[in-house]
Amino acid sequence: MLIDLKNIIAGYGGAPILKGINLAIEKSDIGVIIGPNGAGKSTCLKAIFGLLEVSSGEVLFNGQEIKNSLPDKLVPMGLSFVPQEKNVFTSLSVHENLEMGAFIREDDISQTIEEIYEMFPPLREKRNQQAGELSGGQRQMVAMGRALMSKPSLLMLDEPSAGLSPRYVLEIFEQIQKVNASGVGILMVEQNAKQALSFASKGFVLANGTNSFTGSGQELLNDKDVAKSFLGG
Amino acid sequence: MNELIFFFNKVIISGMVLGSIYALGAIGITLIFGILRFAHFAHGDMMTMGAFITFLLASAATALGFTAPLPMGFMVLPIAMFIAAFMALGIDKSFYAPLRARGAKPVTLLIASIGVTLMIQGLIRLFFGVKSRTFFASEPKEIYRIDMSFLGATRPITITEPQILMIIVTIIAVVALHFFLTKSKFGKAMRAMADNADLAQVSGINTKLVIRVTWVIAGSLAAMAGTMLALDVTLKPNLAFNIILPIFAAAIVGGLGHAWGAIAGGFLVGFAETMAVFNWAVLLRPFREGLPSWIPNDLSIVPTEYKLTVAFVILVIVLLVRPTGIFKGASS
Repeated sequence: MLIDLKNIIAGYGGAPILKGINLAIEKSDIGVIIGPNGAGKSTCLKAIFGLLEVSSGEVLFNGQEIKNSLPDKLVPMGLSFVPQEKNVFTSLSVHENLEMGAFIREDDISQTIEEIYEMFPPLREKRNQQAGELSGGQRQMVAMGRALMSKPSLLMLDEPSAGLSPRYVLEIFEQIQKVNASGVGILMVEQNAKQALSFASKGFVLANGTNSFTGSGQELLNDKDVAKSFLGG
Repeated sequence: MNELIFFFNKVIISGMVLGSIYALGAIGITLIFGILRFAHFAHGDMMTMGAFITFLLASAATALGFTAPLPMGFMVLPIAMFIAAFMALGIDKSFYAPLRARGAKPVTLLIASIGVTLMIQGLIRLFFGVKSRTFFASEPKEIYRIDMSFLGATRPITITEPQILMIIVTIIAVVALHFFLTKSKFGKAMRAMADNADLAQVSGINTKLVIRVTWVIAGSLAAMAGTMLALDVTLKPNLAFNIILPIFAAAIVGGLGHAWGAIAGGFLVGFAETMAVFNWAVLLRPFREGLPSWIPNDLSIVPTEYKLTVAFVILVIVLLVRPTGIFKGASS
């Protein structure tokens, strides 16, 4: 297993928000977490990435326990995270944003930057522009590009389609599948549940801090209970 | 013509000197605010401390019989900056880092920095006493008089050697800082962290190391600014504490967290102060004959004693017109 959560309990100090999450994906998987607002979807990603305290359970990355490790240790191990909001350095140029994603790397990063520009051609044109001046869709590209610069084996995305126009949603989802095809495991939280589950190899439904359903994307889409409760009928 | 030369000496040269000192101090304040999100009130005293380190080194060098073509204060400045950088790291590690580790609010850190201010001033008074000292007890302060008689002036442009050197050194420091922030990996990481500290952490940037680099830069530039101020006037325990407020004004006017803004703000406040206390009636003197007699002989905007208020007037005006500062600075 690339990432394996076993009975995770976590929160921000008060009552736990995650009350026993079990979730696992392989390197070849695109895992999508869906569920109602406040169910702890984003919290789940943050817990993996050491941004909040996990009080019990196991977080295994390639079999190694990484519970409560900080990002500066996790990024070199191969984890990468795209937060939902404020996910670019607005006052830095597009190119500098990508360089910051590769902060932990000591080797030559020009090849990786070239790959990102191939993947998102609009970014090459705007490489010297401040990221804060870009449109929402292009910012999301910068955010994904930044996260891919560390050459991760697991890419976690928190609602990559939030606030984007349908055209960009489609494009971002296509790129996510391409990144996955190049050998990067994906774990993402998504509000666009139907669309995301259609290409997900694993789907997890989170409600009230636990996962109530787990299956392939198609299974969840076809499941009557899931459809009724979480996919709007 | 003499009147213009007088203007040049009183406003342009003094403004450049004052602006350089404000700018170097404000860079440190703005960088610390950008990275650590608190107003570092003890920065003025770090400047004073740096000046005393330079003074000790210069006195020691002179006592050991070293002679130099430039004022000794400038010769030992690099070493003093190095020591000051270490002391800044020490201050952070002993006072601010433990508070940060406990998740202290910015206002707590501000109060702590006022404590550091009192402590540094107390220590300096304990070891050096309260009297004023000069760097030029054993060597002369070179004064250059540039003859302007070819323009029909009898009065020369006067500038001291330390003043020329401090303008040159400031330019070098600012250019070096610019290349550091735009070209080096750590400089970019500093800007990234000032922009969005959470994302910097998520990107795997070693934020603790960035904080240390920030203190090294802020501490060494503070020593530089303090030394220059002491070379221009005299060295005393409250040397830079007296100008901490205009320095803060410069940093805020420029846009907090923005290094170029701090430089622009420093020179803006520096020139505004010298222009506000300049007696503009001097420039009217050649036309005295043709002017009505009710124009007073003193046309300075504020008396010299009120120089400090100028910084705040500028601050209020800039914040009214452009609340983020000249450059767009950090808001919280």
